[in-house]
Amino acid sequence: MSTLSRADIENIAHLARLALTENEVPAQLNSLSRIIGLVGELEKAATAGVEPMSHPLPGLAARLREDCVTESDHHRLYQRNAPQVEAGLYLVPRVIE
Amino acid sequence: MHLQTVAGMSAGLAAGRYSSLELTRALLERVTRLQPELNAFISIEAEAALAAAAAADARRAAGERNPLLGVPIAHKDIFCATGSRTSCGSKMLANFVSPYDATVVAKLRTAGVVSLGKTNMDEFAMGSSNETSHFGPVRNPWDLTRVPGGSSGGSAAAVAARLVPAATATDTGGSIRQPAALCGVTGLKPTYGRVSRYGMIAFASSLDQGGIITTTAEDAALLLGAMAGFDPQDSTSVELPVPDYAASLDQPLAGLKIGLLKEFFEQGLDPAIETQIRAALQLLQQQGALLREVSLPNLPLSVPTYYVVAPAECSSNLARFDGVRYGHRCENPRDLTDLYKRSRGEGFGTEVKRRIMTGTYVLSAGYYDAYYLKAQRVRQLIADDFRRAFTEVDVLIGPTTPTVAFELGSKSEDPVTMYLNDIYTIGANLAGLPAMSIPCGFASSLPAGLQIIGPHFSEQKLLNVAHRYQRETDWHTRVPERYR
Repeated sequence: MSTLSRADIENIAHLARLALTENEVPAQLNSLSRIIGLVGELEKAATAGVEPMSHPLPGLAARLREDCVTESDHHRLYQRNAPQVEAGLYLVPRVIE
Repeated sequence: MHLQTVAGMSAGLAAGRYSSLELTRALLERVTRLQPELNAFISIEAEAALAAAAAADARRAAGERNPLLGVPIAHKDIFCATGSRTSCGSKMLANFVSPYDATVVAKLRTAGVVSLGKTNMDEFAMGSSNETSHFGPVRNPWDLTRVPGGSSGGSAAAVAARLVPAATATDTGGSIRQPAALCGVTGLKPTYGRVSRYGMIAFASSLDQGGIITTTAEDAALLLGAMAGFDPQDSTSVELPVPDYAASLDQPLAGLKIGLLKEFFEQGLDPAIETQIRAALQLLQQQGALLREVSLPNLPLSVPTYYVVAPAECSSNLARFDGVRYGHRCENPRDLTDLYKRSRGEGFGTEVKRRIMTGTYVLSAGYYDAYYLKAQRVRQLIADDFRRAFTEVDVLIGPTTPTVAFELGSKSEDPVTMYLNDIYTIGANLAGLPAMSIPCGFASSLPAGLQIIGPHFSEQKLLNVAHRYQRETDWHTRVPERYR
């Protein structure tokens, strides 16, 4: 379908919010090109009029529940795994200067 | 004691031949002693295991008679367990202590099962050799220079070396069946939706399914019965009653229609594995099963289909790892984007990054139709092939893997070579079907696996076929010499 360039890899990494090191860029370029070659085989399949399949069980869709409160407050417990919290809030670098 | 099955331990505990505490101590000693050579575990939880064993003994003393009460097992480190480190094989979650239980863990806890700890796995279940784990590769108990398969490599190796009689596992593209085959043990991947995915760290949500690795089909039946069932916490969990899987194990196979998967025998199959598969089929025929060749013409497209669908779902599922709420966080971020990028760049390993990148690419503007929608359409064709096949036969049988366990490091350079290991297992995931791998002999002194695939919710039939086969053979009882 298409060949990938170094700039493509850098763009995809940006979209995926992944910092790649200098060494990782050529390695990812090489392996992604191989993978894109592999999945390019799909072109051969005749799929005109075939419905895309997103759920493995036919006729079943994700279930909905009543719109009501089911959770109680566990923020202290959950925030034990957080890298940085203060006063019950998650801390991130300043967003608005 | 360690050579017993789950059923054997259950009987031993019920007869008072030993307590759960004695059994747990004996197995913990092996788990700890053999960890340096196998690396099957990420966390060994001796203290919690001994407490759970004592509690199980107390429940038994109080009159409780659950068959799994006091039986020690291990959980794949993808399942959240309250108070346990749940790393998913990643540096990203190396310090994550779960505040809650996965439904599978909770159900087994309620049944009185004792967990000895968390087994090693490919990072975020992405791999076929267990070499992508942040905690180092697992070694195959049959040959320590070879891989155990993946991603549930730790669970398969732990059962093969009889460190535990059973271990939980998950299967997105073959991650239960492929390591079960390479380690010579029994692996069951249930129908999509049969076992709750709640608390099972997500990789590809339309493919992931929790299951079990054991030494026998009988044990798999016992454990599946305890793990399966509707869960309101998982919106894809199916509202169907759980049958008594043990009740139908012995049914005769007379008249069973077996489809021989033509595409699985065509190219790349190790002739020594093929010999074992043909011998197994002959044995099933002798028990009255009828054999016919079945063709699934779109099946050869399952690997490329999977390597669009799975990375696409992975890239969106793993977006949650942002260095803010849990998981690895980089030092001194300049701004929010830098925090995201470096936390993720440092926290994820090469294979995980490769899949996130692939997924991001196939979902990006301009490529979505050509790759993602196209793959979803081919997925439908593959599922249709299976649907058609199951109007003619009851189960499909073939090999689980094209080769036996390969040398550590021999396939880690090229991702596509590694991906092709899953050529026989991916189809069942794409179609959401239940499938098993059972030991069917040896090829070049290493275990070979027989794969049985059935229609949706046919676990009883798969277990029945596997059990009847295991009554006539002893491959599933073989243990590598150093672990007897």
